[in-house]
Amino acid sequence: MEAFWDTLQNAWGTLQNSFERVFIVDDRWTLLARGLGLTLFITLLAALLGLALGFLIAIVRSTHDKVTGLKPAPRAALNILNGIAKLYLTVIRGTPVVVQLMIIYFVVFGAVNISKVVVAVIAFGINSGAYVAEIVRSGIMSIERGQMEAGRSLGFSYAQTMVRIILPQAFKNVLPSLGNEIIVLLKETSVSGYIALEDLAKGGDIIRSITYMAFMPLIVVALIYLTVVVFLSHLVTRLERRLRASDH
Amino acid sequence: MTIDDRNTRAGAGDENILIRVEDLEKRFGDLVALSQINIDIHRGEVVVIIGPSGSGKSTFLRTLNMLEDPTAGAVYFNGVNLADLSVNINVHRQKMGMVFQHFNLFPHMTILKNLTAAPIALLKKSRVEAEEDAMRLLVRVGLAEKAQEYPAMLSGGQKQRVAIVRALAMNPDVMLFDEPTSALDPEMVGEVLEVMRDLAREGMTMVIVTHEMGFAREVGSRIVFMDEGQIVEEAVPEVFFTTPRRDRTAQFLRKIL
Ligand SMILES: Nc1ncnc2c1ncn2[C@@H]1O[C@H](COP(=O)(O)OP(=O)(O)O)[C@@H](O)[C@H]1O
Ligand SMILES: [Mg+2]
Repeated sequence: MEAFWDTLQNAWGTLQNSFERVFIVDDRWTLLARGLGLTLFITLLAALLGLALGFLIAIVRSTHDKVTGLKPAPRAALNILNGIAKLYLTVIRGTPVVVQLMIIYFVVFGAVNISKVVVAVIAFGINSGAYVAEIVRSGIMSIERGQMEAGRSLGFSYAQTMVRIILPQAFKNVLPSLGNEIIVLLKETSVSGYIALEDLAKGGDIIRSITYMAFMPLIVVALIYLTVVVFLSHLVTRLERRLRASDH
Repeated sequence: MTIDDRNTRAGAGDENILIRVEDLEKRFGDLVALSQINIDIHRGEVVVIIGPSGSGKSTFLRTLNMLEDPTAGAVYFNGVNLADLSVNINVHRQKMGMVFQHFNLFPHMTILKNLTAAPIALLKKSRVEAEEDAMRLLVRVGLAEKAQEYPAMLSGGQKQRVAIVRALAMNPDVMLFDEPTSALDPEMVGEVLEVMRDLAREGMTMVIVTHEMGFAREVGSRIVFMDEGQIVEEAVPEVFFTTPRRDRTAQFLRKIL
């Protein structure tokens, strides 16, 4: 019995000790705090860029597939845009995001003096855009053909019908999927360390290498990611329920 | 008849033609959905199109406002050939209301917004003016109290009445109806036909695809029978229903009446 208590006390002491070394000494916890801030910042901006790109690509793709009766010049332009869009989707979805990140940093902007944060936002935004594009495209495709026809028969142009009638409905239908895409994006930004950005994951890794202690910093980093993801998932679920309740 | 007489008559006739369809053809790949369609639709006329399923009725109606691009031929509307790709079709569609079998109301907009969106955006009406006009139209079809509701809250018959006034809100020259009562429960057919009957009485030019033969006979100024992508026969209702000239017409009427 006595021995048991001793062991427990010792374990507790060791834990306290390592907690202090990992987080308190030299204010190392700020590495994680600043890392989390950077992770959230990159995620937010990349998500916005990804949404913008994704919508554009989705509109190009579905317009190309659905619209007939164009004059030769616009049709040719649309074919070219659609080709570019397809190439973009194939390349981005066919290669790892960390490779894309490194190519954009070391190759595309290799000779340019540019903020690494901007590079990360661009890389993750371009990456996310490909996934958003397919989500939004499926949303557009899920809207009945009659909606476009009703809009056009009133005299709305294709673009007006898209913006006023199709996209609002499509957006609502895919909001949960877009929320999930942002969650995926948040986790993917954890490779930012490859271009020496000190995001949350990198913060944990730096502490590990300074303290030679792996367990505590890495577990805490995982818990922080988990907390943020669970929180975001909860928001998505609530959103989903709200949308279903107001389902007209 | 003197030459003068003929000229005036021809002139008056042209004035009166709202839609002229010339040698219209529509193919879907190898399938010929429409061929050799020639017809004039006069202002104030109610043209009812009947025919078996798959005979090209919807396709014909949809080529009138270029929802389907014809593969050959012309559709003159107010003298302008809509099949010409250099024509701004959006402007002309504002003057051609269309009512669909499945209503196609905009589910994310209130009934009022369904009626005002196009007049505000395209006719540059003020919101207040557009809403006043929309309310007048809703009163007319007995749905004023639904103005703030969403389409999902309405019955089929109510939805179709809204769809009709949504098209009317653009103040069109012609109304195109594609089986407006086919998706309705039987007890709701009457309320929609009633609205259409009123429209006809007011002199609205209408092109109606329907299987409601009683209605066709009552309000049609002309019945057009289509089969296999062609116009087989056309006549005023009394003649059409009593003494059809073609065998195919007679056969069809025997089956359906
Ligand atoms: N978008 C389309 N693509 C291919 N075939 C079509 C299309 N729309 C109609 N069709 C074909 O054209 C023919 C006429 O159809 P439709 O005009 O809908 O007939 P109706 O309205 O008289 O029942 C049918 O054989 C139909 O299958
Ligand atoms: Mg049809």
